Amino acid sequence: MTRGWTEHSGRALELAMENVDTDQIIPARFMSTPRSEGYAKYLFHDLRRDADGALLSTFPLNDHADATILITQRNFGTGSSREAAVYALADAGFRVIIAPSFGDIFAGNAVNNGVLPATVNEADIDALTASMAGQNADLIVSLETLTISCNSVRVPFALSDTWSLKLKNGWDDIDLTLQHTPEIQRFKEARREERPWAWPDVAR
Amino acid sequence: MNRANTLLDKLWETHEVHRRADGASLLWVDRHLVHEGSHHAFAKISERGAPVAEPGLTFAVVDHYAPTRRAARLPDPDIVRMIETLRTNAATHGLKIFDLDDPDQGIVHVVGPEQGLTLPGLLINCGDSHTSTHGAFGTLAFGVGATEVAHILATQTIWQRKPKAMRITIDGALGLGVSAKDIALNWIAKLGTGGAQGHCVEYAGSTVRNLSMEGRMTLCNLTIEGGGRMGLVAPDETTFAYVKDRPFAPRGSAWDAAIAEWAALHSDENAQFDKDITLSGDDIAPTATWGTSPEQALPISANLPDDKTAATIEALDYMGLKPGAPLAGTQIDQAFIGSCTNGRIEDLREAAAVLAGRKARVPGLVSPGSARVKTQAEQEGLDTVFKDAGLDWVSSGCSMCVGMNGDLVDPGKRCASSTNRNFKGRQGRGARTHLMSPAMVAAACVTGTITDVRPFLAGRTP
Repeated sequence: MTRGWTEHSGRALELAMENVDTDQIIPARFMSTPRSEGYAKYLFHDLRRDADGALLSTFPLNDHADATILITQRNFGTGSSREAAVYALADAGFRVIIAPSFGDIFAGNAVNNGVLPATVNEADIDALTASMAGQNADLIVSLETLTISCNSVRVPFALSDTWSLKLKNGWDDIDLTLQHTPEIQRFKEARREERPWAWPDVAR
Repeated sequence: MNRANTLLDKLWETHEVHRRADGASLLWVDRHLVHEGSHHAFAKISERGAPVAEPGLTFAVVDHYAPTRRAARLPDPDIVRMIETLRTNAATHGLKIFDLDDPDQGIVHVVGPEQGLTLPGLLINCGDSHTSTHGAFGTLAFGVGATEVAHILATQTIWQRKPKAMRITIDGALGLGVSAKDIALNWIAKLGTGGAQGHCVEYAGSTVRNLSMEGRMTLCNLTIEGGGRMGLVAPDETTFAYVKDRPFAPRGSAWDAAIAEWAALHSDENAQFDKDITLSGDDIAPTATWGTSPEQALPISANLPDDKTAATIEALDYMGLKPGAPLAGTQIDQAFIGSCTNGRIEDLREAAAVLAGRKARVPGLVSPGSARVKTQAEQEGLDTVFKDAGLDWVSSGCSMCVGMNGDLVDPGKRCASSTNRNFKGRQGRGARTHLMSPAMVAAACVTGTITDVRPFLAGRTP
């Protein structure tokens, strides 16, 4: 369960790469780790290290561990459904990812962990990064106005009502859904009556 | 109902339990498939003390961490623990498990269809992005993350906003040596890895109608690589013939009722799609990827790009390739045939047709998509073809597609692979992956280079 939020202000970091897939965010070999052990140390594990495991000074995150907002390029989080990619970002302190587009499954996973996937067009991303003037700067992200501000620049982001509600309230879907239990039961009984073929046990 | 509906509309409507004011639908889940990677979700429901709502609709499969050399390899304790955790969770919640020694074990997206768990008109979820595979049956099927897996375990439902509808129509006859894999790599190269983002992709047209179920599964499987979480093919006689008499498929009167309903599962003639794409099947050549994203794919006769974009430069650098050089002739170090994309019997037949009577110049691994596929291939003598060519014939699992079981490509090595992702490090840290069809992988084995499969098929039929 995550806590709801309506405004976030924090340091932004630019990762100027497109198609950053979930294998880059967290390599598969770390995914057997229980969540309670923390995933921050796996974030961008292979991207930020050389072949001998030493941290690369050229990788932006290695200099700016205080960042909570990531600004990146199209199709961030493409690839596998591994929620571990979001665990690694969230455990490393990221609350907002700004990109022109996201992998569909990644974006849903992000919202389920209180992390905002803010869809911003490329021109507006350029305006934001220009206002940061190559420096780390604080951005203010508002779920009320669906805008991101930095210095004098203010740009809109796209977010569905469903995800906005969920982020603001920090909803746990299981609790919400359990309120629909009678409706689900009725649906199930009607389906079973009308479509007995949809149950695997009729074959046996 | 007056409005012309898409297949997506029809499937959505029959699964919608509730629609909230914000537009989110609560959908009923007919089948939930879990694997070793589902441990986070089981941990979440046990924290709440919640039971699995519908154990009879939940099936566990050992695949991601399955050792492919079952007897020979000393198991890594981490892998053993992952498999043991799934066994414990399945036992605790009373779930049927397709375990390592089960004659029906295999990759979850091969096992579901093979067992008749996958049927037209159902909704199937699994904590794996390639769940889109099952859409080949006219099934609403999509991958979900761990939070959603926990939600489905606890409630047998999922909250979703309906995606937009997209149609890719492919007409014409595929040439010799051209398969569903080539169709998929072509449309993804054309539209990009974000081409189907936010959409459910229905595949239509004569080329798709003429594909076997195996081919349709490959096409739907790769939908996610083009950004679409769901693929669909309307069910037809090919579908019904595949499903009939599978272990969990309906029988008797239930079968008759099912067929009657399934026959109506297609988009209405005038149904509107948010995005409508047309491709010519005649124009598709055998294709391979050259970079680190599935959209970086080219026909075998092409030269590598020499544009100066950061994405191209970086991908060529990682792959150790020269800008502008011919794709064909690129030397490979090894090969892999298998995965949920191309590990079915037809895939093995196509590869074996190329390899019969020939030797591989590079080492390679052939991992059938399931134990059943393995048995069938052995009955057909395909294992002998692979072994005689010098390739390793091993047991089924996700294997070298994702390397979780220890089947890895070494740093800097180049692998011709029938899998789905050429991401950096996907097959092992520093590994260089070229995606292609199983027949193209087989041809690459014969020459030790990425090569056009067509000359190797002259006078041969898979």
